Amino acid sequence: MNFDLTRPGDLAAALGPDLLLMGGAMLLLLWSAWRPETDANQRQVGIASIALCVVVMIAVGYYGFRGATSGNGVIAVDNFRWVADEIFLIATIGTIAMSLDYNPREGILAGESHVLLLLATSGMMILAAARDLIIVFLGIELMSVAIYVLVGINRRRERSAEGAIKYFLLGAFSTAFLLYGIALVYGATGETNFAAIAANIERLNLATSGLLLVGLALVVVGFGFKVAAAPFHMWAPDVYEGAPTPITAYMAAAVKAAAFASFFRLWLEGFPQLIATWHDPLWWLAVVTMVVGNLIALAQRNIKRLLAYSSIAHAGYILVAIVVGTALGSSAFMFYLFAYTLATLGAFAVIVAMGAAGEDKMGVEEYSGLFSIRPGMAVAMAVFMLALLGFPIFGGIGFFAKWYVLQAALQAPAPQTRLAVILVLTSLLSAGYYLYVVMVMFMKPRASTAVVPSRTPRWTGAVVWASAAIILVFGLFPDVLVSFAKRSTPGVVRGAPAVVTKR
Amino acid sequence: MTTFLNSIGYNDWVLPALLLLPLVGAAVILAIRPRAAAGHGDTLEDGRPRQIAFYSFLLEFIVSLGLWWSFDPASAGWQATIDLPWIPTWGVRFTLGVDGIALMMLLLTTFIMPLTVLGSWTSVRTRVRSYYALLLILTTGMLGVFVARDLFLFYVMWEVMLVPMYFIIGIWGGERRIYASLKFFIYTMLPSLLMLVAIIYLGLHARDTTGTPNFSYDNLLTMSGVTPKAALWLFGAFAFAFAVKVPMFPFHTWLPDAHVEAPTAGSVILAGIMLKMGTFGFLRFALPLFPGAAMHPTVRTLILVLAVIGIVYGALVAMVQPDFKKLVAYSSVSHLGFVMLGIFALTLQSVQGAMMVMINHGISTGALFLLVGMIYERKHSRMIDSYGGIARVVPMFAAILTFVSLSSIGLPGTNGFVGEFLVLVGSFRTYPLLSTIATTGVIFAAAYLLWAIQRILFNSLDKKENAHIPDLNRRELALLAPLVAAIIWLGIYPQPVLRRMEATSKALVNRVEARQSPLAPLPVATR
Repeated sequence: MNFDLTRPGDLAAALGPDLLLMGGAMLLLLWSAWRPETDANQRQVGIASIALCVVVMIAVGYYGFRGATSGNGVIAVDNFRWVADEIFLIATIGTIAMSLDYNPREGILAGESHVLLLLATSGMMILAAARDLIIVFLGIELMSVAIYVLVGINRRRERSAEGAIKYFLLGAFSTAFLLYGIALVYGATGETNFAAIAANIERLNLATSGLLLVGLALVVVGFGFKVAAAPFHMWAPDVYEGAPTPITAYMAAAVKAAAFASFFRLWLEGFPQLIATWHDPLWWLAVVTMVVGNLIALAQRNIKRLLAYSSIAHAGYILVAIVVGTALGSSAFMFYLFAYTLATLGAFAVIVAMGAAGEDKMGVEEYSGLFSIRPGMAVAMAVFMLALLGFPIFGGIGFFAKWYVLQAALQAPAPQTRLAVILVLTSLLSAGYYLYVVMVMFMKPRASTAVVPSRTPRWTGAVVWASAAIILVFGLFPDVLVSFAKRSTPGVVRGAPAVVTKR
Repeated sequence: MTTFLNSIGYNDWVLPALLLLPLVGAAVILAIRPRAAAGHGDTLEDGRPRQIAFYSFLLEFIVSLGLWWSFDPASAGWQATIDLPWIPTWGVRFTLGVDGIALMMLLLTTFIMPLTVLGSWTSVRTRVRSYYALLLILTTGMLGVFVARDLFLFYVMWEVMLVPMYFIIGIWGGERRIYASLKFFIYTMLPSLLMLVAIIYLGLHARDTTGTPNFSYDNLLTMSGVTPKAALWLFGAFAFAFAVKVPMFPFHTWLPDAHVEAPTAGSVILAGIMLKMGTFGFLRFALPLFPGAAMHPTVRTLILVLAVIGIVYGALVAMVQPDFKKLVAYSSVSHLGFVMLGIFALTLQSVQGAMMVMINHGISTGALFLLVGMIYERKHSRMIDSYGGIARVVPMFAAILTFVSLSSIGLPGTNGFVGEFLVLVGSFRTYPLLSTIATTGVIFAAAYLLWAIQRILFNSLDKKENAHIPDLNRRELALLAPLVAAIIWLGIYPQPVLRRMEATSKALVNRVEARQSPLAPLPVATR
């Protein structure tokens, strides 16, 4: 399959899975709006959404399997996109499954909440495909608007409303940065297409253009907000804490992954000549993010805030892969995203399963002695914590993810040995809080007054077990995943650089 | 025997079988359906978990024992090798094999593990299924470290040991178990992660033309091109990881906490096996891979001095401990100092002696921890001054404790003598001053152990509650008997053990002395 993206028919075909998801989401939206808000209806919409996601996953897999390629254009058709899409869809399925148990408990009856997730996901898929700054912006907005609503979907809860407002204001702010940056980049290069930008930078010798550099900096800030990299992370803990837990999982896993995927592609394809310019700022961004995320996480006693800071720290590790910037870096990046997404989903699923209506018991100490009453959940949570810590075998693929990033860092043309050492030292810091969770579950006695959590709900349980199983099985036999990741690099743009100057 | 072993293709399957068997045992234990009457089925009412664990370990020992005969003492190369692809894309292979050092460590492990189960028989009363399952998983990790021939595999196994031990200390340990387990975990993990970076660096350095890394130990031994400066850093990363595990002064502070808070089996495994991982690491990786860096005069002197400080300091601190378990823990610091001295003095005798001390320390200190655990189970006190004169009440206990203590001191005729004597004789040739100072460690050892025994067993029986402590029961005698037998056997006739380690030690000493590995040429001495 080779798509000529200048022809509308081919462009639509190249966007097949995305269009399938969007169309399906629209139909589900109508179906959902048509019927009264009841628990049963909400449930049916949710199950239908999961089914739709599975269909889209198969479609994405088909495109990837057929090795679809394309000429230069506004979107990319390459393995990087397909693998990223699959990761988003896995996260979406997990989130919807958790919501199926969570929503009735919290009195969220709107079936539209599931549809909003689908819409956000289609925004992410567009982001992963985007090879044009305008499309990037489109994807980010499509994703973000849906998330703004989802964070505040439980409007009866104060924390939820607070989180929604914070996220909306800061999100709008960061979008403005991004947009301004895009405008300046366009002003400097006269192009919005990644390949054309790169070609123009080369041709017009723009490496030292002040306009371009300011634009670049603003774009970094914009993405920095979306991926919650320090020092642009301030919103994350409050929003993560306030949002409904499944949505928090979705933000920590999928939203971050999508923003990173786009970030990575833009940097690799749009500004390869400027590596000397952006290397140092991104290097520091990675270091600061790793250090800040891990240090502050050590002081957290609320499980959702703890995971929020942990996700900031992981943004730092992923940034290392971007700093490396090679094809190996992008393989490591994808592998890392996969491992991180599963571990995060699983951890939040345990929180949903152990939580009670009202979400007021989010202290880590609530899990004291969990091992004695829910050994399965405690073991699964320990697996997720060890996976996030990057521990071999017991943490499954978490270790291989870190290993891959380290390998990419050390194998880069200019080996990032210092960055690698900082990465391992900061992940040692992370042992402090991941083990704190494990310690509380296994080693602290259960308080006699503590209520026994209700039976683990079916869907959430399924998310927990599926994530743990995938993490552990691929943790023993990672080769299939590694060879997948190895191929999931951004494709070479055929026919580029087709520099069309508009001046 | 050898013919029989060959006829069943023993060497082809023994190592993977040894790694797999404990995991099967663990799976069986976890698959047991709890009996309804016993609450969660995780209490001592249900005797099946400990029995399954014991028989798994016994089978493991019997299977591993074949290596004693099938091993060819004349060869310094790998034996019973296995080589399977694991992660081809990263050039990681599942390669196993034993040489003289690994063989003895492996047999020590499989020998001690059944005894630890017997030692926990009645003292572990809660969550027994998880406990025995963790012991079994831990064994796979420990054996994996000894037999891995791929640095990636070695690292994975090295870390795999950590988690079960963390849980064993943290769940079944003493009062300060949470602090001790976290300290143990963090202390071990920090240098391990730096070693991880070093391993990746090495693997990438050896990558082939397609960019696939190569982590094979044999390949790295013959590889060239690492600059002396890089070699020094790499050696530093490996040596740091191993020095914490040994533990060398001043990285030893996790040891007293972990050993004292761990349940008996945990202490026995920590002291008997896991401390040897550190010295084993020096012998297997740090020295042969980076002879230039390790034999750099400054580095070598530094490590030797730290080793001797460890010997004397450990002994002196042990002397003032009011807690018998802590005394034994600090004595480990002292004994392991001898091992480090022997390794870095690097004569054939001293290296052989170091390996003997590793084995002997595993047996003697393991036995001491078991004895401490037995008396603690009876009286719930580890304080020396809460006993006194109990030799009259518990004669069997007293006899065995005295005997084991004498072996730990290094009385001629027991195993302890052989190892430390060889180390001192061997290192005296190259480092007379340091080995003279180290000799005082033996004297101090006599002082702290004999003094402690005197206060526990002899003196006057002045505490009424001590008059009715039951003596050792049959299970306890049965589990101590093999240890006592080993102490006598190794003390009188260590030749079979030494013979099996000789070729490997010789090859090691030659390799390092000749600085054969071009991986790390001698850094040019400044000045």
